[in-house]
Amino acid sequence: MKNTISQRVADFLKNFPPFNFLEQAEIEILAEKVSIIYKEKGAVIFEENEETHDSFYVVHKGAIELRKKSKNNILDMCDEGDIFGLRPLIALENYKMEATAHEESILYAIPITIFKPYAIKNANVGNFVIDSFASNTHNPYSKSHSGKLYGNTFDDENNADEIIDNDNKILDLQPIKYSKKIITCSRAATAKEIAKIMTKKNVGAMLVVEDMLPIGIITDKDLRNKIVTGDYSINTTADVIMNSPVITYSKKMTITQAQMAMMKSNISHLCLTKDGTANTKAVGILSKHDVMVALGNNPAVLIKALKRVKKVKAIKPIRAKIMQLLQGYLNQNIPITLTSKIITELNDACIQRVIELSLAKMSTPPPVRFSWLALGSQGRSEQLLHTDQDNALIYEDVPEEKEEKTRKYFLELAAIVNKGLFEIGYEYCPAEMMASNPKWCLSLNQWKQTVHDWISKPGKDEVLLSFIFFDYSLSYGDQELANELADYIFGDIESNPIFYVHLVSGALQSPSPTGFFRQFLVEQDGAHKDFFDVKRRALMPLADAARVLILSHRIKGISNTPERFEKLAELEPQNKELYLSCAYSYKALLKFRTKQGLLHHDSGQFIELEALTKLEKVKLKATFKTIKELQEVISMRFNPGKINI
Amino acid sequence: MSLKEKFIQSLQILGILEVPIDERLNCSIESTRFVILDTETTGFNYTDDRILCIGAIVLENGVIDLQNVFEHYIDQEHFDKSSVQIHGIIRSDVLDHKSEIEVLQLFIDYLGDSVIVAHHTKFDVTMINNALERNGLPKLTNKCLDTAVLYKRTLIKSNLLQHKDHYTLDDLADKFDISKKDRHTAVGDAYITAIAFLKILKKLKGKHEKMMLYHLFR
Repeated sequence: MKNTISQRVADFLKNFPPFNFLEQAEIEILAEKVSIIYKEKGAVIFEENEETHDSFYVVHKGAIELRKKSKNNILDMCDEGDIFGLRPLIALENYKMEATAHEESILYAIPITIFKPYAIKNANVGNFVIDSFASNTHNPYSKSHSGKLYGNTFDDENNADEIIDNDNKILDLQPIKYSKKIITCSRAATAKEIAKIMTKKNVGAMLVVEDMLPIGIITDKDLRNKIVTGDYSINTTADVIMNSPVITYSKKMTITQAQMAMMKSNISHLCLTKDGTANTKAVGILSKHDVMVALGNNPAVLIKALKRVKKVKAIKPIRAKIMQLLQGYLNQNIPITLTSKIITELNDACIQRVIELSLAKMSTPPPVRFSWLALGSQGRSEQLLHTDQDNALIYEDVPEEKEEKTRKYFLELAAIVNKGLFEIGYEYCPAEMMASNPKWCLSLNQWKQTVHDWISKPGKDEVLLSFIFFDYSLSYGDQELANELADYIFGDIESNPIFYVHLVSGALQSPSPTGFFRQFLVEQDGAHKDFFDVKRRALMPLADAARVLILSHRIKGISNTPERFEKLAELEPQNKELYLSCAYSYKALLKFRTKQGLLHHDSGQFIELEALTKLEKVKLKATFKTIKELQEVISMRFNPGKINI
Repeated sequence: MSLKEKFIQSLQILGILEVPIDERLNCSIESTRFVILDTETTGFNYTDDRILCIGAIVLENGVIDLQNVFEHYIDQEHFDKSSVQIHGIIRSDVLDHKSEIEVLQLFIDYLGDSVIVAHHTKFDVTMINNALERNGLPKLTNKCLDTAVLYKRTLIKSNLLQHKDHYTLDDLADKFDISKKDRHTAVGDAYITAIAFLKILKKLKGKHEKMMLYHLFR
């Protein structure tokens, strides 16, 4: 029976092949038979060799990974709108791969008996199904090029496995994403006009068209070589300086094909047309940059890609590439300091882009200056994996009559930014430490008042908040506001020395990593029973101690924990060895956590001890000794035993 | 409550005894049939206002079958123009209208002995019970869960945080990133409630080794 939900399902399906080949009424009938399935992260949809279900699946939300158990290699990742588990249903064989939820997912299960008549009746649908037979991936279009790249065809799965084993650049097999917004001009346009438009639209090439058909192309290089050199006047028309005829290709192009085409003709832009010849309408432009992004394993390319992004949603795939980059760095054993610097830089760029795009959504520009702050681990540039968002906002002081309006503006902005960050993979902070929370979106003076309250009347909660907030760094906006607040904090702490004692006492309260017999202490209950909490028991004690010590030396501008220890080693030669060992331990732990997180696709906070090698356990324990020594040093120095909190 | 029951209850409160009194609740979440429902009404008055539409879906082991969606509109005598604007249901707009008693009977069959889940369940269940009473039918005896209440249990308890007293379905949809396109249609709201319920279950699961139905009724 037709109902509100099935209509919504139909609205979704009609955007994706093969459903887009069906009539609206047909999709609606199909949608009424759908089951909606919710899968937690890590849940299995079907196992290898399992008997087939009576439905195949379409991903509505989330992501599903397909893998061969024996190889432990991800063969394919299915995203929103992708189909999986169809081939075995048609071929009447058991599942050849295992499907698990890579993240929390919602699936539409479509009964094969309902779908099959359409596959037989409708040629387009049928072709899609046949294509997906020949291909191993969810998207049959990727099959055409695979053979050319690896000198092999994607005929069966065994072959596919070999290909992947030889080279894990499976991403190359994806069809390329090209720019559909084509910037065009007529043959009469002048070089000056063209350059202006290209600058405004931030593109590297302009297509010259006549009667809707491409007749030539002008790139940055042409403008440089022909106009800037003075060979032609700035008022030369397009037809004189354009490259003609245009080299055109079909839009069903793959990354590898595109790369080869560019190399072959030594050009940086390809024009994609409807049928691949210059006699049909242009549908897109593919630049060398697009190819680079698709291959994307270099930070500069990713940063450039971020700058060009027009929608928050488009940042998510870039974030996935950042994670690949991280994995690569760890595999190659690149120093964690360097790794975290690069990854932090990239993560910051993502956040900045989200804020820029959010600002563009506001009806007016910000009424006054503001700073967007990253708190906690992100503020310390130690956040490598996807974690919760912790952020806050400072805006410039305004006269009282404008306060309410200003505050409203920034709260609205913060809500958009928080939602955007959520969309690109930063979970909402469960403790609501987010700028959209009215408590953490304040004017500079209100912030000063807030931190003054913490510093002058420190209780347990105030110390905890100080821990989170005093490690902030600027993500976006005005540096001065952020600095002014930092200066205020330092000044205020100096006049309230008792605050150190509270900070130290707080820093010593982290739970001990080992028990009396030097055994690991694991979580006693809850979801992580018998797991070791590397964040609370090992990383936090070090970060907390570093903060106290660095504050007591009145050093500002260093928020990264290892860097703080390195600075401390300089300042206190008598403890140099200990501090350097702390810096080393922290890096080792961070790397450890990051590896665990990548392995399990989570924050890496909880470690399964059984899965560790003997060597890893020894390494982990070695860091605990350092933590203990450090805690002794600070507890001697500040003597927190004097107070009770 | 007998002395024995009281004794068992006090043991449970102390956390000594894990077995619930009600055997109906001693089953796994996966094997439970939940009916997630929402009603659209002419207003918020339990006695004067009437149900315009009952929307419900069945959730079993994480699966919602769209062939088994309950969406029935009720013919109205009592009619309040102001609520039409909220719900967008105009009398002649929907062809398929049934009498109140017909829809109620269909709903009772659909519901069976399932556990009811709704957002602010008390409102919907009271509206349905009052309608049943008017038609000389017995009240619902099903176990009820409320996503507004369950959601609060997922929140971190800390004196640094001030939680709201009431969370609307819109709040939940925002927190859990659920599309609000069909908001204010009975089935649309039931669907949002169902997804929110699933996400709440996932959050609560972390607190128990194997979550049973009775854990939700604490």
